[in-house]
Amino acid sequence: MTLAAISFSAFGQPEFWIGVGVLAGIYGIFVLGLQLNVGFTGIINFGQVGFMSVGAYAMAILVLKAHWSFWLALPAATAIAVGAGLLIGLPSLRLRADYFAIATIAFAEIIRYVAENARGLTNGNIGLLGFDSSWVKVSSSIQGWLSTSEIQLPLLLVTWALFGLLTVVMTRVQRTPWGRVLRAVREDEDAARALGKNAFSYKLQSLAIAAALGSVAGYLLALDLAFLSPDQFDPSVTFTGYAVLILGGLASYVGIVAGTTILWVLLEGTRFLNLPLSAAQIAALRFVIVGLVLIGLMAFRPQGLFGRREEMVLGG
Amino acid sequence: MRARVTLGAQGGRLRRAARARPALAGVAFFVALAVALLIAKGPNVFGQTTVFGVVSGSYFALGAVGLTLVYSVLRLVNFAHGDFLTFGAYMAFVINVTVGVPLIFAILFAIATTAAVGVALELVMWRPMRAKGAGMLPLLLMSIGLAFVIRNGIQMVAGTAQRSLRVNDTSTIAFVGLRIGRTELIVVATSVAVLTSVGLMLRYTRLGKQMRALADNFELAEATGIDTNRIVLATWILAGGLAGLAGAMYASAVGTFTPDLGFLLLLSLFAAVILGGIGDAYGALAGGFLLGLIQEWSTLLIDARWKVAVGFAALIVALVLRPQGIFGRARAV
Repeated sequence: MTLAAISFSAFGQPEFWIGVGVLAGIYGIFVLGLQLNVGFTGIINFGQVGFMSVGAYAMAILVLKAHWSFWLALPAATAIAVGAGLLIGLPSLRLRADYFAIATIAFAEIIRYVAENARGLTNGNIGLLGFDSSWVKVSSSIQGWLSTSEIQLPLLLVTWALFGLLTVVMTRVQRTPWGRVLRAVREDEDAARALGKNAFSYKLQSLAIAAALGSVAGYLLALDLAFLSPDQFDPSVTFTGYAVLILGGLASYVGIVAGTTILWVLLEGTRFLNLPLSAAQIAALRFVIVGLVLIGLMAFRPQGLFGRREEMVLGG
Repeated sequence: MRARVTLGAQGGRLRRAARARPALAGVAFFVALAVALLIAKGPNVFGQTTVFGVVSGSYFALGAVGLTLVYSVLRLVNFAHGDFLTFGAYMAFVINVTVGVPLIFAILFAIATTAAVGVALELVMWRPMRAKGAGMLPLLLMSIGLAFVIRNGIQMVAGTAQRSLRVNDTSTIAFVGLRIGRTELIVVATSVAVLTSVGLMLRYTRLGKQMRALADNFELAEATGIDTNRIVLATWILAGGLAGLAGAMYASAVGTFTPDLGFLLLLSLFAAVILGGIGDAYGALAGGFLLGLIQEWSTLLIDARWKVAVGFAALIVALVLRPQGIFGRARAV
């Protein structure tokens, strides 16, 4: 058996790395929400892709069908996603952790079915196009300032600037009294309640913020692809997010930067393996890698590559 | 299982009665809905829709029983269970179509190989993780990783092309104006027979009693001298074998399948398990039929393309209102 040959030609192409960077940044923002929920509040949100989908579709529908300004549609879409977070959190956050996980994945799947079947709004599987004209104008003027020919470079800069900003904000928020109560809820909900803290309300706020972060990742993804269709939002997005989360380590926002970079270089790197595989097989291989990353980390390093054991051991 | 405590409907007020006997209230609501639909849509349409509901309900029930067994014995929500079904379907395909052996042997092969996969995974993954005292989230994420590996592994080998087993899917049986496919009828009968046998096995046999002891309290069962590793292995053989059977049967009755078969079915299996009460074979049967009927009856009221979403909504409603299942006893959930 020979080692698979690796063709390095495409490695030197900047547009390829810009594409990888955009995806890594989008997933980074997506996972900030998961980190808040899982790493700092101890609630297992398996429906994060649902909030991403709500954010992306709400933005696109407001622009295309209600003829809103793109810039106004962004905060509105985030507000709608927060509303969805409250809607699913209110009844289901009282459930035991594993039932909550199932309820949230069911919610995300319902969102996907709505995107597929409410054709009047979402165009179903045909998808939505043309919601990004305002962004394209801004993007090309940024391109002009930078005098670059890389079409996706402005999106890369905006995505990572947002990701960086949100990471700093979340790290700061975590150090406030509010953030400390969240950790108390994670460690011992009954003790937090005994101290007079409304644990349920804190969990709900945590989920709502995760929904807001998910919506930001959602409309960035919509801008990246310039196209929206329901199959971009299947549950494997959430679980790829969990692979990023665990790689970076639980209870560490900064770890996400490393986690998302490593995973996306690994996933996109499969394109350079000169394996005798078809495109469908390569796509499947990428998810096999995600699966193996999850299994391997859980078996050998549950605190993640950069996580600290003393801060958070994956418990019950 | 334990005798159910019957509570009298004190005061005779409907509301209080409903609270004392929520199962009865649920059934009453369900029967009322059925009668309303029967009157509104006529016996023929309603009857045929009900037959469809029973058929898909039997798919859900057969698929769900392994999931509920593993959950109750190991407290493991196995997200890879759907992909066990897919594995079973492809194993049956290899023997039935590639090699050309009759379907019945292909199904037996699917049962054996999927059970073997269950055992292998217990030995290399789940047992070492239990020894480490791994918590819920690591096990959940591990089963999700496993689901990715199985589904996409199958896709890498077999491709995404639609496959079908060599089975007669066109012959139907008519009875008082209602039609049911011959293969579908076989699946319904198999499903009822298998789930009843599992229920009886749990109730009366030594293995079943030991499995229930583990489900009640793993450490206590171990302390009383039950060889827990052996019982867990038996649980995986049973769960894997039933998943292989379910996958092959589902693939036969539905006609075509892809590597997404189990993944698309998984959430419906969760719904069946939760509707019927987790950890109970009869519950999986009842929950499966209930889900099938809810989905198919919903097509009488709204467009059929919403029926899967209706099933998931029922799952959320069931979780919120009655997480212990329709027939389950109230306890901390």
